[in-house]
Amino acid sequence: MSKAENVETIPAHPETATLEGKNKFIGFWLFLGGETVLFGTLFATFLALRNKTNGGPAAHDLFSLSTVFAATVILLVSSLTSVFAVMAMRDRAVGKMQFWFLITVLLGIAFLVLEITEFKEYLHEHLGYSTSAFSSSFYTLVGTHGCHVLFGVLWISTITIQAFKKGITTVTAPKYYVASLYWHFIDVVWVFIFTVVYLLGIAGR
Amino acid sequence: MSKPSNTSLYMERQKRKRELTYYLVSFFMMLLLTGLSFAAVAMKGIEKHFTAFFIVTLAVIQVAFQLYYFMHLKDKNHGMPALFIYSGAFVAFITVLAFVSIVWIS
Repeated sequence: MSKAENVETIPAHPETATLEGKNKFIGFWLFLGGETVLFGTLFATFLALRNKTNGGPAAHDLFSLSTVFAATVILLVSSLTSVFAVMAMRDRAVGKMQFWFLITVLLGIAFLVLEITEFKEYLHEHLGYSTSAFSSSFYTLVGTHGCHVLFGVLWISTITIQAFKKGITTVTAPKYYVASLYWHFIDVVWVFIFTVVYLLGIAGR
Repeated sequence: MSKPSNTSLYMERQKRKRELTYYLVSFFMMLLLTGLSFAAVAMKGIEKHFTAFFIVTLAVIQVAFQLYYFMHLKDKNHGMPALFIYSGAFVAFITVLAFVSIVWIS
């Protein structure tokens, strides 16, 4: 099947139109279930150890509402832009889809820059990885989320570039769909991070 | 494969319009919930445990919007995804519960 005719005739939900696409979709949700458990354990560890500062800086000495708010809004908007990308995919609009994925990636990079600056600031305030049980569990939880953002940025960038060559077909559609699910999941985790780690850290002095 | 008919294309377009509204409403709801959480913490003088309970509840609602609307869990054929994610969430909840109520870390 050539690319040109396929663009016109693929079904309304190209991501689950083939058995392979359906399997990717189901399999990816299974993976997200596993990721939920992974982050559950990291959250549990952090919650148990968050007051064990070992004489080092505590949460309310470090965190600022404005930085966290900026990071939260950036990630939330990027979640919406990846929804727009999937809508464009279902409309078979390759260029539009690539545009929205590009915006998503740029917002993801902005988030990472913000997080790296923040971590640098904390290091400057003598909160090293091994300073205290609080610092280790904090860096592990928020750092694991940051790694997911980095991976998402790389993943979405590569499939967006691939779209130039392969367009939107029943083969490529599951990739775009699943990548956007991953990006939403990153935002789901961040909602709990800003609430449990940052807001409760600031409120709980 | 045959080309889709005009009627089905029209219906598809209408459906998409409705979906866009859902997405935008969800987005502004999530933005509102985020704003409320930050405002609750920025305000002084509210009982600490109440604030904690309030913002965690808002987080759960916001995640529901994300899962059901942005990740399409509300759509049909999402039985298995719901099973997987709720199983994961259940294990995560039990783990967090155990570590929050742990008594032998002092």
